[in-house]
Amino acid sequence: MSGADLRIGGSVERGASVSFSFDGRQVEAFSAETVAAALWASGIQGWPADESYGPPARALFCAMGVCQQCAVWIDGVRVEACRTPVRDKLDVRSHP
Amino acid sequence: MAVLGAGPAGAAAAIEAAELGLRVTALDEQLAAGGQVYRIAPGIASKHADPDRAEGDRLRSMLAAANVDCYFGHRVWHVERLGDVWHLHSLGPDGPRTTRANALIVATGAQERHVPFAGWDRPGVIGLAAATILLKAQRVLPGRNVVVAGAGPLLLVVAKAIIDGGGRVAAIVDANPRSAWFAHATDLLSRPDLVARGVGWARKLKSAGVPMLQGHILRAVDGDAPSLRAIAVSVDRDGSPRPNASAIELACDAVCCGFGLMPATDVTRLAGASHAFDPARGGWHVIVDADQRCDVPRLYAAGDGAGIAGAAAAPLQGRIAALAAARDLGRTDANSRSVEIAQRAQLRAARFGKAMTQLANVGDGAIASIPTDVVVCQCERLSRAALDRAIDDGCTTINDLKANTRCGMGPCGGRLCEETAARLIAVRTRRTRAEVGQATGRPPLRPVDLDALAGDFDYDALPMPAPSPL
Repeated sequence: MSGADLRIGGSVERGASVSFSFDGRQVEAFSAETVAAALWASGIQGWPADESYGPPARALFCAMGVCQQCAVWIDGVRVEACRTPVRDKLDVRSHP
Repeated sequence: MAVLGAGPAGAAAAIEAAELGLRVTALDEQLAAGGQVYRIAPGIASKHADPDRAEGDRLRSMLAAANVDCYFGHRVWHVERLGDVWHLHSLGPDGPRTTRANALIVATGAQERHVPFAGWDRPGVIGLAAATILLKAQRVLPGRNVVVAGAGPLLLVVAKAIIDGGGRVAAIVDANPRSAWFAHATDLLSRPDLVARGVGWARKLKSAGVPMLQGHILRAVDGDAPSLRAIAVSVDRDGSPRPNASAIELACDAVCCGFGLMPATDVTRLAGASHAFDPARGGWHVIVDADQRCDVPRLYAAGDGAGIAGAAAAPLQGRIAALAAARDLGRTDANSRSVEIAQRAQLRAARFGKAMTQLANVGDGAIASIPTDVVVCQCERLSRAALDRAIDDGCTTINDLKANTRCGMGPCGGRLCEETAARLIAVRTRRTRAEVGQATGRPPLRPVDLDALAGDFDYDALPMPAPSPL
């Protein structure tokens, strides 16, 4: 993976290699990861916030479904990236 | 019986209740049991031995073997008592669900306390609890050169995990002076094994050359991730910046911050139970008796949600709650002798948790010195100045402030800002934190997708009366 990869090396099982898109950009990930962790590991820490929604838009702040800042859109539904497992060919968008 | 939360307290409660022959349903919003302390991402495993991982795996296999109906990935958005029956409304991977139960054990754990600083809303800044999840469950570094800031035991946990993972810690910024650790030495030594683990970590960080800024707090983070700059200042015991102390600049690519844990009280507030304020237990917590009973019939609380007591006390409290609930439901065979033993062990285990909790508390000086332009409520983008104006206009409770400013009314439901806002009221109006109160609990507990709740409900199928003639 790219130089920005923040995954810890060594012998770690992470599931199958998958790739998904975030606002059209291809992100490499592993099937057991959450969307939030995969974005973070790829160097995507935040994106322009949706002013009508409220909070800043960040891949991570609480990582446990509290802060709602990692809200992203998948198949027209707003979900928390930190509670959503990655799937191959997932189409993740920062805005509806 | 229903158990809400499958961390160490909830899992133990569910297992005990099932052994007593009760029909048990457990719900958790995560995809696996273990809570935050033993959290895993199913499918991610390191081959390194990890005592927390082993303990969590033991808990998960015991729960799986018990006769408990588990619903993972279920977010409970409303809890109500209709007649004598608890109704838990949740939304899970297969859609909405309502769980009905004669008794409810709430084991929803804790949430992190934050003290706002300029730039705490920037990408690249995350909570210490988030960092532990990222490091331990997802096996991802928060950054390659990280500032770890705040107070309490998570500072060491996170810094050590970053080093172990091959990252660098730019500095640990600890609000406590070194002497604070000694102030709680007696209680800490109730768990010599954990103290020894902590001392080992501190040694490792020292030999890795990690700068330790004790008696400092973060004042600001600026720049754009991954090129951030954190600014730390020296503070007194109350958290007030020392006059004329020069600021220390730390270049970093991520900042992990937090000031310990507070009990998650949203469910017990919604359920109408009474709460009390005790800094030694993390602040506001639901009041329970020696059997973990709340003052609402057939409602029980166990684990950190009933006052921060730590992961060792949690399963004991869970067992006590299950035994009490079983007796209250007419199972007179629930052994009172085993309750007494569990109660004594629980009190011993809680001593360590309480000492750790107090080490993470932050003084009023840190709140009083938050600069006026710093955003406190991130969802509604309210600065300290905006809250101060409302306080000066007469807001004396957190509910007043909420009604007048929308503070805490965004998607996070006040979980990030309510404590700071309440302390700003207390500091500014010279009230105690207890007098400022808690926000009234309201559904939905978390944002839920209305389409998903409605399921395949079809508006066109609504019986509509024929329009009346004009």
